[in-house]
Amino acid sequence: MKMIKNGIINENPLLVLLLGLCPALAVTNNFENAYIMGLSLLFILVSSNIIISLLRKTIPDNVQIVVYVVIISTFVTLISLLLKEYAPSLNQALGIYLPILTVNCVILSRALAVASKEKVSKTFLDALGIGLGYTFALMLIGLIREVLGNNTITIMDGISSVTGYRMIYHVFPDNNFIPMNFIKEPSGAFIILGLVIALFNSIYKKEVKPNESN
Amino acid sequence: MNLISLFIASILTSNVVLTKFLGLCPFIGASNNKKDALKMGVSVTIVLIITSIITYLLYYYVLVLLDATYLVNLLFILVIAFVVQMLEMIFKKYFLNVYHVLDIYLPLITTNCAIMGLLLININSDYNLIEAIINSFGSGLGFTLVIIVFGSIREKMENSNIPNNFKGTPIALITAGIMALLFGSYMGG
Repeated sequence: MKMIKNGIINENPLLVLLLGLCPALAVTNNFENAYIMGLSLLFILVSSNIIISLLRKTIPDNVQIVVYVVIISTFVTLISLLLKEYAPSLNQALGIYLPILTVNCVILSRALAVASKEKVSKTFLDALGIGLGYTFALMLIGLIREVLGNNTITIMDGISSVTGYRMIYHVFPDNNFIPMNFIKEPSGAFIILGLVIALFNSIYKKEVKPNESN
Repeated sequence: MNLISLFIASILTSNVVLTKFLGLCPFIGASNNKKDALKMGVSVTIVLIITSIITYLLYYYVLVLLDATYLVNLLFILVIAFVVQMLEMIFKKYFLNVYHVLDIYLPLITTNCAIMGLLLININSDYNLIEAIINSFGSGLGFTLVIIVFGSIREKMENSNIPNNFKGTPIALITAGIMALLFGSYMGG
């Protein structure tokens, strides 16, 4: 439990360690894309780190990274084939950002820092915590960006081909809400992520003294 | 699309960092000053051009013929790792000064998502070999341009008074956001 909390708050990969920025910015214009990306990363992280931890004594040190990347890429391919088959529109929306999870620094850094040294049980908990932390962070950013930029929350749209029904909520009444278009664009992604990290700092970073500036 | 507009587009309107969100880790991490930013940019451009040629040939003449396109991730990452390793060895042997100049920035590129992402974009947009090379070269230049500009802004920012919670990455991201707004304006007619 402590390790999972650690992954979500103290070592949140996105908001504290600042890893895995590319997908966090690219796919968070929509709540659904954000959580699907988060869950994909969670699955890939947990399964590849378990395999790496199991093989940690067999993999020679000098080819470490290459072997890790091959293992990770296997699971990435698995996920993208699944999405392509069952939710093609989602696969379209995530585009190249799903395949480049292969070189995602969250997964690779956990493999190097934890899975290459620790027992399977510990690796599993760590990966679960980190993966959940990343997923929550993506969901938060996705939610903010979709509500402000589009006035909707998409819970099921792309995966409606699997679940059978669509869920898209309108947040504010249309006539008195003007969506901020720039939030949906790249610039909005950078700015919202910056603000969320600053907010997270102000809540959780205890060592930062009450600010003298501002 | 003709080659010149593709080249310009890949530098400005579809800039690899600010509109495609690729290569953000070095963008945020290695851009504290102009010199390091330039080294990173040059390394990325060199690796991009070489890998785009190799992956193009391998994709169309091996994977497509074998009907094994699902191996694309695996193949590309191996090619990138191989090229980076080879370049490092070649520089070490024949161009020692270049090797010292680029030092740790070259090996870091293996896990740079700008390379992997762009190679996949080249394949997904059905570019031919020339277009793929032009797109890679332009994107490499675009990356270098943005990372140098960003590095210069951050050098200036070191002396400015920033609220505590915004220090470091948050303010860097917001700066990048404003830059993205500017680059976005190239797109509008």
